[in-house]
Amino acid sequence: MSPAQRPPSERVRVTASRRSAPRHTARPVADELSDQTVLGEIYVRGLMRAQLRLALSLLLLAVLLLGGVPVLFAMLPQTRTVTLGPLPLPWVTLGLVVYPAIVISARYYVRASERLEAAFVDVVGRG
Amino acid sequence: MRPASLAAIALVCVLTVTVGTLGLRMSRATSDFYVAGRTVTPRRNASAIAGEYLSAASFLGVAGLMYQRGIDILWFPVGWTVGYLVLLVLVAAPLRRSGAYTLSDFAELRLESRQIRGFASLLTVGIGFLYLLPQFQGAGLALRQATGWPAWIGALLVSVVVLAAVGVGGMRSITLVQAMQYWIKLTAIAIPAFVLLAIWSQHSSGPVELGDWAVPSTDPAGLYTTYSTMLALCLGTMGLPHVLVRFYTNPDGRDARRTTVGVLALLGGFYIFPPVYAVLGHIHLPHLAPGTRVDTMALQLPEAMTDGRSATLLTAVLAGGAFAAFLSTASGLVISVAGVVDQDVLRPLVARRTGEDAHSSVSYRMAATVAVIVPALLSRVVEPLGLAATVTLAFAVAASTFAPLLVLGVWWHRLTTTGALAGLAVGTLSALVTLGAAFLHVEPHGWPGLLLAQPAAWSVPLAFVTMVVVSRLTPGKVPPHTNRTLSRLHTPESLLPP
Repeated sequence: MSPAQRPPSERVRVTASRRSAPRHTARPVADELSDQTVLGEIYVRGLMRAQLRLALSLLLLAVLLLGGVPVLFAMLPQTRTVTLGPLPLPWVTLGLVVYPAIVISARYYVRASERLEAAFVDVVGRG
Repeated sequence: MRPASLAAIALVCVLTVTVGTLGLRMSRATSDFYVAGRTVTPRRNASAIAGEYLSAASFLGVAGLMYQRGIDILWFPVGWTVGYLVLLVLVAAPLRRSGAYTLSDFAELRLESRQIRGFASLLTVGIGFLYLLPQFQGAGLALRQATGWPAWIGALLVSVVVLAAVGVGGMRSITLVQAMQYWIKLTAIAIPAFVLLAIWSQHSSGPVELGDWAVPSTDPAGLYTTYSTMLALCLGTMGLPHVLVRFYTNPDGRDARRTTVGVLALLGGFYIFPPVYAVLGHIHLPHLAPGTRVDTMALQLPEAMTDGRSATLLTAVLAGGAFAAFLSTASGLVISVAGVVDQDVLRPLVARRTGEDAHSSVSYRMAATVAVIVPALLSRVVEPLGLAATVTLAFAVAASTFAPLLVLGVWWHRLTTTGALAGLAVGTLSALVTLGAAFLHVEPHGWPGLLLAQPAAWSVPLAFVTMVVVSRLTPGKVPPHTNRTLSRLHTPESLLPP
């Protein structure tokens, strides 16, 4: 059927919208993020700074604690031969204690960084 | 000839191929081949990462090197573990959110340059080959220890098994294989350790005098070596090709972090054991059997401490575990190297020759073959340096090239394409100098020799500084979409549209 043969559609009255002006709706920041706008990027920069601060402070702690061990052995030579129970101190610290310490700090980091993200989602999602 | 050890090695190989082939039925799409379709749970992924990471160097190399050089080697396993902590806090979640398959993908996505992609691909292949060398060499050593056969048979065996498992099933099957291999390795290193400790405590009378061997060195050269090695291991982990590919199999950034915590626990559980072998070896093995390398020390230990059936059995368990280590690390490396060779070389080449896209699994299998054969042949030509030493060199290369690229790429808005390229070039150059010196046995005395043998302490800061300074000098070369890319790397997935 060609368009010309189509039966004429019923006439429709066209009127203005009943709303006098578009209602002002706050645009959620989450939309800014998913639309990748400049505003969204500024919000993410704040999150990045917080995450970086968290990461660097954990690394600094690790550098001080682990990096301090050889210095300790060099400054106080007797710490190299002191025994804790049946084992010498260097073996206890570097062979055993270090591993649970690493796991605990990793768990702490994951919780803290998830908290940062949750707070961010909270602020941004609420708009 | 030790038939029990040979049987244990055969069993591990058969298990690897069987489980690998089972995964074939589940893998169909290309993303299944590379990253298991990205649907691996954190728990299984943690086992798979740890299974892949614990290589010949961890299973045999550390114990041997510590037996030879004493307590300072305790820093190696510590560094390998802390490397994952550094990876966790600096790059784990952002890298997963980048959605890239390989390091080259990330480099191209972040810096928007084909040139950097090519550079990253070359580096991935280079580091992969360097890391594969000791796996093949270790396999040769372990098989010779078990059977007396020449070393090349071990390398051949690993090549065939890895090709069968990787080329046939791809990443999904290999995830299963590697998760299984972690538990094989843990069992194989823990049980003999407990048995040998029990034997030792029955026969020992009074405290043991370990002498200077058990006292950390505090001379400047020793301190420099310790710090430089730690820097290489801590920053190198994130730049290893096979480590990053594994993170893409997490569903999202949050799971990538949780997986890493699991990996840290699994690694710590394993690394408690190698020092046990070193100490017992120090007490019971005054001399190694003539003509053997220090890397096989742990395999010789049971026969030195006990005899008869228990020694045979313990040696067999250790040999099987060591083979699991070679196989899992080698398959992980082959997957990542093959991914790069396939994407960047073979598929475009095949497409040009045939005028259309070849079936992707064909070119992937060709790439896997290349990724196995080249390092297997190299391992026959290159003089072995010792398992842990070669692996540490690979870490040093990764730390002075990919580590600055990843850390600055994830956190710094002002990184420019030129800066990244300059930093990569400087890192690669220093790596080539030290590798050349190591493999050609150029070993000057005193500090120059030390700086060459342990390059990380100068090459890593040099690469970082180059990247930063050149980026500041070329502010016009900031990639146009930097802000958008960084938002994507750091925005929690829950805020993004599905």
